[in-house]
Amino acid sequence: MSITRPRHGLHLLAAQQVQADFPILARTVNGKRLAYLDSGASTQRPRAVIDAVDQYETQLHSNVHRGVHTLSQLATDAYEGARERVRRFLNAASTREIVFVRGTTEAINLVAQSWGRGNLAPGNIGANDEIIVSALEHHANLVPWQMLAASTGARLRVIPIDDHGQIRFEGFQALLNERTRLVAITHVSNALGTIVPVQQVVAAAHQAGVPVLVDGAQAVAHTQVDVRALDCDFYCFSGHKLYAPTGIGVLYGREKLLESMQPWQGGGDMIRTVSYERSTWNDLPYKFEAGTPNISGAIGLAAAMDYVETLGIEHMAAHEHELLTAATAALMRIPGVHIHGTAPDKAAILSFTLKGVHPHDLGTVLDHEGVAIRAGHHCAMPLMDLLGLPATARASFGCYNDMADVEQLAAAVHKAAEVFR
Amino acid sequence: MELTELYREVILDHNRHPRNFGRLDPHDAEARGHNPLCGDQLTLTLRRDGNAIADLRFEGNGCAISMASASMMTEAVKGKDRATVEALFQRIHALLTQPGASAADLGKLAALSGVREFPARVKCASLCWHTLNAALAQSDQNTTVTTE
Repeated sequence: MSITRPRHGLHLLAAQQVQADFPILARTVNGKRLAYLDSGASTQRPRAVIDAVDQYETQLHSNVHRGVHTLSQLATDAYEGARERVRRFLNAASTREIVFVRGTTEAINLVAQSWGRGNLAPGNIGANDEIIVSALEHHANLVPWQMLAASTGARLRVIPIDDHGQIRFEGFQALLNERTRLVAITHVSNALGTIVPVQQVVAAAHQAGVPVLVDGAQAVAHTQVDVRALDCDFYCFSGHKLYAPTGIGVLYGREKLLESMQPWQGGGDMIRTVSYERSTWNDLPYKFEAGTPNISGAIGLAAAMDYVETLGIEHMAAHEHELLTAATAALMRIPGVHIHGTAPDKAAILSFTLKGVHPHDLGTVLDHEGVAIRAGHHCAMPLMDLLGLPATARASFGCYNDMADVEQLAAAVHKAAEVFR
Repeated sequence: MELTELYREVILDHNRHPRNFGRLDPHDAEARGHNPLCGDQLTLTLRRDGNAIADLRFEGNGCAISMASASMMTEAVKGKDRATVEALFQRIHALLTQPGASAADLGKLAALSGVREFPARVKCASLCWHTLNAALAQSDQNTTVTTE
């Protein structure tokens, strides 16, 4: 333990106070206290987010960027205010670089379809092009590139990982070559919790003249993201993993790159002029926001960012790290438990298996004890194959979790071991 | 509901010691079942004797419910003719999905009635039956091909 990391407990947020901000945590599940340990799949919403969405729905709602009437102006101000909030959260240079999307998946598909088709078009550079991903990728940062590769003839190259679940950096460097067109890599592994050294990845890729897309879905709620410090070219995340509603997410893109890209969906709001023959495109970021956007979602996301800033993301990260450390120790004391993903740098994700008990049975027993975890392949089937596992159980922590949740988890895993003894 | 309703002793036993586990070679049909949601997968091989299932085996991995269900199914259908197997499938389907469905005369298979209270697990229990249907359909085709 380093000097900058105080001893156990000192980092803990005032858990009860934080829990009181999240109405859903007051409910019980199967007659038990709810220990919500599935924030990696989706975080719960604090009252501040619920209220912000409610206030929009009851006081401000109208379509944006259209009417001259008061409500349209209020809705537009709130929506564009949310964009500015996101810009500040990411420390992006301009709101022109902030595109609202449905979530991480849509953000990556946007880049694959727009940037990808523009840069890997058959006959352009073509069949020798390579896209580098890592073995840790979620299907969302793998399948869009496979689809792009299939339609352009490009090839996917996969950065290998070590036994702890960290990428092999020298393996990455060996893959970089003059055919590499893009590196698409996760910031934090959703299945193992590994924090990938994306800043170094970006630096090495840029030295080779290759742009980098970072999948930040699992990172934004656990680490300060500064896109200018990272120097990445695209950064993608979902609101619902950052205490905001579902159906809203963000694509950050370097302005120069976004300017060079064609729209991927056509329709209202993304155009400047339209005739029956042709259209011209709107400015950034509207060029990529066809149709009426998720206005309430964007407002909820802005409120979530305010909430996170109030708690302090570094406090949240330290708090969650304490819980991760405690949970890891508690589970390792249970005979037959195996922890998957042991990289020194881990976000608050704990993937594990219990010998002789399938993760789905584990999930059912835990649910019965009020403990909500994820059981399955975590949308990372190639990684599970690589690890030789059909599935794992995954506990993931948020700012509202506390030591009682860790104890409830450990007790429930004990119970599962008993049931299947 | 209680966990012991789902994980009854007979289910835990068949999960620990699956019956008819492995491959049957030679076989008349082979079918694979896969539940992409949870990753359960099993491969079923069977031999026909006219209209009846002479022998069958399964292999694969999955949760206790899917393994036990497959194990108990192989015991229940071995030596049975198509019509009996089809009727049994209908009974099991009802048992897994319809409140109040009768478990009478189902023997060990009645232990699956607890699954109904855990909707997320119904597919685990029915995977082996769908796989058996696929294998039987395939052996029908094979039979047609060889007799012509």
